[in-house]
Amino acid sequence: MTDNTMARVWDNVPSPFCGIASDDLKIEVAGPSVRVLENGDAVTTPGFERSVTDTAPRVGGKPASMTEAVQRAAAILKDARLAVFSGFGTDVNDTRAALSLIDKARGVFDQARAGGGVRNLLVLADSGWIATTLAEVKNRVEVLLIFGSDVEGAFPRFFERFVWNQETLFGQDPAKREVIYLGRAPSGNAAVSPDGRCPQVIECAPEHLPELAAALSALVRGASLQAETVGGVPVEVLQGVVDRLKRSSYSVVTWVAGQLDFPHADLTVQQVCQAVTALNKETRAAVLPLGGQDGDRTASQVCAWLTGYPTRVSFARGFPEYDPYLNDTARLLSEGEADALVWVSSLSAVPPPAAGLPTVVVGRSGMQFDTEPEVYIPVGVPGIDHAGHMYRCDNVVAMPLYPLRDCGLTSAAAVLAAIEQSL
Amino acid sequence: MLIKLTGGTVYDPANGIDGQVRNLFIRDGRIVHSLNGATPDHEYDLRGKVVMAGAIDMHTHIGGGKVTIARNLLPEDHRADPEPRRGLMRAGCGHAAPSTLTTGYRYAEMGYTAGFEPAVLPINARQAHMEMADVPLLDVGGYVMLGSDDFFLRLLSSGSDQQLINDYVAWTIRSAKAIGIKVVNPGGISAFKFNQRMLDLDEKHVYYGVTPRQILKSLARAVHELGVPHPLHVHGCNLGVPGNVETTLNTISGIEGLPMHLTHIQFHSYGVEGDRKFSSGAARVAEAINANKNITIDVGQILFGQTVTASGDSMRQHANAGHAHPDKWVCMDIECDAGCGVVPFKYRDKNFVNALQWCIGLETFLLIEDPWRVFLTTDHPNGAPFTTYPHLIRLLMDKSFRNDMLSTVNPEAAALSTLGTLDREYSLYEIAIMTRAGAARLLGLTDRGHLGAGAAADITVYTDQADKEKMFTRPDYVFKDGELVVRNGEVVKVVWGNLHTVQPEFDGGIEARLRDYFDRYHTMKLDNFVINDWEIEGDGRSKILVHPCHQGARS
Ligand SMILES: [Zn+2]
Ligand SMILES: [Zn+2]
Repeated sequence: MTDNTMARVWDNVPSPFCGIASDDLKIEVAGPSVRVLENGDAVTTPGFERSVTDTAPRVGGKPASMTEAVQRAAAILKDARLAVFSGFGTDVNDTRAALSLIDKARGVFDQARAGGGVRNLLVLADSGWIATTLAEVKNRVEVLLIFGSDVEGAFPRFFERFVWNQETLFGQDPAKREVIYLGRAPSGNAAVSPDGRCPQVIECAPEHLPELAAALSALVRGASLQAETVGGVPVEVLQGVVDRLKRSSYSVVTWVAGQLDFPHADLTVQQVCQAVTALNKETRAAVLPLGGQDGDRTASQVCAWLTGYPTRVSFARGFPEYDPYLNDTARLLSEGEADALVWVSSLSAVPPPAAGLPTVVVGRSGMQFDTEPEVYIPVGVPGIDHAGHMYRCDNVVAMPLYPLRDCGLTSAAAVLAAIEQSL
Repeated sequence: MLIKLTGGTVYDPANGIDGQVRNLFIRDGRIVHSLNGATPDHEYDLRGKVVMAGAIDMHTHIGGGKVTIARNLLPEDHRADPEPRRGLMRAGCGHAAPSTLTTGYRYAEMGYTAGFEPAVLPINARQAHMEMADVPLLDVGGYVMLGSDDFFLRLLSSGSDQQLINDYVAWTIRSAKAIGIKVVNPGGISAFKFNQRMLDLDEKHVYYGVTPRQILKSLARAVHELGVPHPLHVHGCNLGVPGNVETTLNTISGIEGLPMHLTHIQFHSYGVEGDRKFSSGAARVAEAINANKNITIDVGQILFGQTVTASGDSMRQHANAGHAHPDKWVCMDIECDAGCGVVPFKYRDKNFVNALQWCIGLETFLLIEDPWRVFLTTDHPNGAPFTTYPHLIRLLMDKSFRNDMLSTVNPEAAALSTLGTLDREYSLYEIAIMTRAGAARLLGLTDRGHLGAGAAADITVYTDQADKEKMFTRPDYVFKDGELVVRNGEVVKVVWGNLHTVQPEFDGGIEARLRDYFDRYHTMKLDNFVINDWEIEGDGRSKILVHPCHQGARS
């Protein structure tokens, strides 16, 4: 990243927001305002350009000093039987500081959008998978199968950066790649090849996605199905997809788990993964679980190395206990098990749910509340206000984040450490 | 801060001290000749105690992507070994792939003061460093993996000058903040992406047309010519394949005298004799190592029980995935750079193959004559978790204990092994070589692994006991850079370790080539790939230590 100091224009800026860690952004900073000049998209640009509002903490809706706010937050934690920490929306250091505090406060660690990650992680811990990463996709993919998801809706630059790239390491012409949507149609034209070929789209109603995944897995393993259609899709069409994957020297199957929002969707993800594992008996194929916007992967990764478990860990008994059902914030709130909510979110400005509980927000400046929390400490954004690190969707590449401006906002990590000190 | 350690029995092989009673003096974290008449702030009476440098684990998977995959893969393994918050220690969990915090506490409690992560993928080096930064009480370092990355394979297959390869190797070590180079299944991880399922030493990579032998030679030469102290760290071809002893012997002869470290050699010492077509190749391998002074090895001993194998070797891990226990596993193709495979495994003492693996590892330890060229590892967690080291030390030091254990394993395997006929017992001095002095020398750490003046005061004090497992489980004192961090096996102070690196020189011309390559084929910019000092030192915990490279190794 280079600094064009006079104009305050930064090149090659990594995005902590988009989940695929685009790091070719050109960004202009003037005072507190940030503008994406080049390579922004519908996810990244609002992430960078959200304006700074508050710079001072509030307690009970009234301006307060940092010390007062930190002490009030610590008092809430001291009074709480079980505090649940969610949000996360954070970089590595913010998450580290949060987990240190949660350990001491015997709280629960969850993420606002843990749902998608949990679907994937349940599969990982039950049967595993054969996975790939974005540069392998960019250089190798021959057939890209997208299961039940609208990739461009969540990852607007995915095709531009990794499918319709100019050249590949192994002499493949990327423009000849084949894209197949199975179960859901795309929302736009990103999957149309540079020479105008449209992707193959095989749609079904969302409630049929589990059957479709099961049929796919069965057909890859060579089973013959009695049914003529599955979820309204002719079996011969599905067989055609399977044959294409089997002929491919390197196919990639992807999905956006956050979009597979139905009960037991992990079992559907598992069928898709097992289809890919079976393909590898003869040829090469791999899965690419897409996700990771606004630090979603980052917080889970940090939790995994610091506690031994991914997101949804309780320290209530003095040691980490992983349970993605019991430690779900929504459940803890609705069952009345939690009696304090701490919302930590330095990347995303999504506010906490109205919990009717003493609530502490260590949140990005610019966060708007329907219900004012008891404590709000506005913080800066990793990758805008201070340095940091984020993970991209494939859990492999951690990107450095750089400070681009200084408008006096402290980091969530510093605030969380201060709260821990006051406990 | 001045410290005096009085009257301990010192084992300091780097300085030729074999069990002599000595006083040691520490001034501000360093060992000094004397305190020049000053009164120490603390004095420890070590009469009757055994004093060694802090132990160094030169091959242990403690940080990086595949370790965290292993963590995510095995919640049930962690549940069985919770580590509650207590005293100065934060909560975590242990067993096969412990949390980073627990990793540091448990190593320190056993008297270890340094651990080196052997499989740092260049593209994943940042994660490895972030995880290792969260391992308290241990110095760390990493060997960065090359040999299946497409940039190198393109250089090699296009007949590039060795000088250019050297530049690339040096640039990679520096940008990944590593201390050495590792190669895993040379070319095989890449070949697997092209659907090759096997790659023997002289077999051609289906796309690049180069062989593992060429890859090994090129990288070993680069490391040597750059003057990097640690020889090329090699996880060879055909891991786990019966008959791979031939490959290993060919690998040793094929390197033509260049320095080379063969890691977890136990997994590469299998013959095909006997009814089961599986036999020990340890004697042949040990003979070759005894004869070839350019070769060092670590064993990768297996010990019985549940563990998880986490390796960069996606090709072999995929081939072995059928043995997964429990039945789940992960393989990954990674970023035109490398790959990984994570397969949980349970070694059973009544299982013929597992019992023979156990014998093969121990035979290897006992048949290699020079303790300076063999290192004590389980390839944590691949052969067993590092917490089994005291047990392994007892197996090496106590022949009757070893034979008792041998009598409990699969009898067919025991009968095929020569283990029962080997009388050797390691001495404390030899243990100190394997786990301290030798490891430091192999890595070029001139101020670690010994107790001479100028050394960092990483010191472990034990009570000598007949039961060496007990002795090495619970040291009386552990000092890290002169600070008392463990007393009676309990952490009494938490400090953060250093990062050990080397910075070989290279011609800057390579960077323009790499920049273009990154822009065209990679998914991140070169500037964002290179790890900056602030990323390691920014939060005030870790310090980067740079060790010198040798001069004039260039041929
Ligand atoms: Zn290995
Ligand atoms: Zn290893």
